[in-house]
Amino acid sequence: MTAHHDATLADSYNFAYLDEQTKRMIRRAILKGVAVPGYQVPFASREMPMPYGWGTGGVQVTAACLTPDDRLKVIDQGADDTTNAVSIRKFFQRTAGVAVTESTVEATLIQTRHRIPESALTAGQILVYQVPIPEPLRFLEPRETETRKMHELEEYGLIHVKLYEDIARHGTIATAYAYPVKVEGRYVMDPSPIPKFDNPKLSNSPALQLFGAGREQRIYALPPFTHVVSLDFDDHPFEASKAPHDCDLCGASDSYLDEVITDDQGGRMFVCSDTDFCRVRQEAGHLGAMAVPNLAGSA
Amino acid sequence: MYVAVKGGERAIDNAHAWLAEERRGDLGVAELSVAQIRAQLTLAVNRVMAEGSLFDPDLAALAIKQARGDLIEAIFLIRAYRTTLPRLGASCPVDTAKMAVIRRISATFKDLPGGQVLGPTFDYTHRLLDFKLAAEGEAIIAPTAPAAMEAVPHVMAMLDRDGMIEPEAFGNALPPDLTRAPLELPASRALRLQAITRGDEGFILSMAYSTQRGYGRTHAFVGELRIGVVAVEMDIPELGFAVEIGEIELTECETVNQFKGSKTEPPQFTRGYGLVFGQTERKAIAMSLVDRSLRWAELGEDYTGAPAQDEEFVLMHADNVQATGFLEHIKLPHYVDFQSELELVRRLRAEVFASREAAE
Repeated sequence: MTAHHDATLADSYNFAYLDEQTKRMIRRAILKGVAVPGYQVPFASREMPMPYGWGTGGVQVTAACLTPDDRLKVIDQGADDTTNAVSIRKFFQRTAGVAVTESTVEATLIQTRHRIPESALTAGQILVYQVPIPEPLRFLEPRETETRKMHELEEYGLIHVKLYEDIARHGTIATAYAYPVKVEGRYVMDPSPIPKFDNPKLSNSPALQLFGAGREQRIYALPPFTHVVSLDFDDHPFEASKAPHDCDLCGASDSYLDEVITDDQGGRMFVCSDTDFCRVRQEAGHLGAMAVPNLAGSA
Repeated sequence: MYVAVKGGERAIDNAHAWLAEERRGDLGVAELSVAQIRAQLTLAVNRVMAEGSLFDPDLAALAIKQARGDLIEAIFLIRAYRTTLPRLGASCPVDTAKMAVIRRISATFKDLPGGQVLGPTFDYTHRLLDFKLAAEGEAIIAPTAPAAMEAVPHVMAMLDRDGMIEPEAFGNALPPDLTRAPLELPASRALRLQAITRGDEGFILSMAYSTQRGYGRTHAFVGELRIGVVAVEMDIPELGFAVEIGEIELTECETVNQFKGSKTEPPQFTRGYGLVFGQTERKAIAMSLVDRSLRWAELGEDYTGAPAQDEEFVLMHADNVQATGFLEHIKLPHYVDFQSELELVRRLRAEVFASREAAE
């Protein structure tokens, strides 16, 4: 029944769901985005068979980039097995029949929500981000008509004032994720809600980074080796922070960690949010404080 | 011992199976057919067609069945289907003056050519629960009269002849398509109307209501409300003339709005316009009020800061498929972001407590 259903679904829709005209329209927006790094290109976002907010922008960008030879990886919160990552991966398995993988190094295209993989990306790879609010100035100025003008005029004083007020009030910049960046000294860009720990990985990456916001109808891009700087002040430099722990499963001290509550007595442990990174390390024999040796490698 | 949660795929499959079972409900009760929904829940079908932007009562009924009666979910199903359909071309503008009306009322004139036709309306029903309906009642046959072949001209055309209402520019320009190009502001009136007609009924209703209560004033009278069937014609290039390809039911509302004149415009009545698929009169009336309210700039009126005057506010928040998606997405995992906030708040708290201790 399921097999039959999948076959009819794949037959009745074009490769990777979208029709070729729509893909062409999206590719044009992507090319424009690549030509003007960090600039938000309006595009005629389509209604996808998943809700807005579930990654419709990322899905459309992925659909426009996929070829039958691609090997796709989908992560949400760094993990391959979160429900929405599973759902999006399944969507492309059904509609494009592409190979899938959980391995960051083997993937040719990675769609992500809220994380950049820990292992360095390589030339030829594409990283597609799902973006909820593409406008870094949105919460300072709700009007799109205004913020577009501010970008045009490179009028970014407001965002520096906001960061300054944070420091005046809290002694530190109180933005922990979706930390704004400046691209090649021109456009201020929202890196999507990745933790600021991931911000340094945006810069000078050999991979192509594409950002898709479906509901807001915007695409933007960081071509390979684009210089990206997190906004800061000379006396309050940007700091990529994480929980001050090592991973309790693989022992990594340099990866972003999720906090897992293990009981109702305040017990907790810290584990890598990037599940592939953690698995590879465990298989290589790295063990954290709470790892069970015989389980390592079998997960 | 902690083992990371796996099995998202099986959980999803099982959730879908459970959903399907819940949708069908008690097997002891006969299954609802799509034909029943189409024939007996017509106003729900109409709303789904209007906000789904697809005139197909069978598909709308199917969507309502699949969505378990959740109309926004049904609208979403229709939109997702609609977006995959090829665009074969554009029809000629429909001529609502030639509508075969089932309902046509004017609040501005007691009688007029074509007459007042109440049609199948709830307006003068007493809202008393009809318990006879609980015990499957027999078919009601309404009295009929032969269709009047008399023309039913628009009330607005009559006002227009006297120069009492602002003239409407006639044009054959192809309007922009909201579903094929990103919405850019400021939007033309055609584009605004397109966004409002597929906007959420509740949102448009509340926006219109707010103008009546004083957040921007529309001073609206229903010049005319008409519901009926119009022919859809399309120019066939090979033939060189337009051919009727089908008919659709529409609700059209034209409001007449008091206007004392501005620096640029003489005193006259102004127009608000609503046009919606199906019998959807609440939506059509609300649409015409919101349309009028958004026209303040072209008429040289003051912007009073009312939400219904704010094009960006209205157009960016009217779509319920967008709104519900973004609203509900906050139930998806956000633990990476939350973790970063946790650490930030912990650090800020530690600093506050440390400075308090130092002060003591």
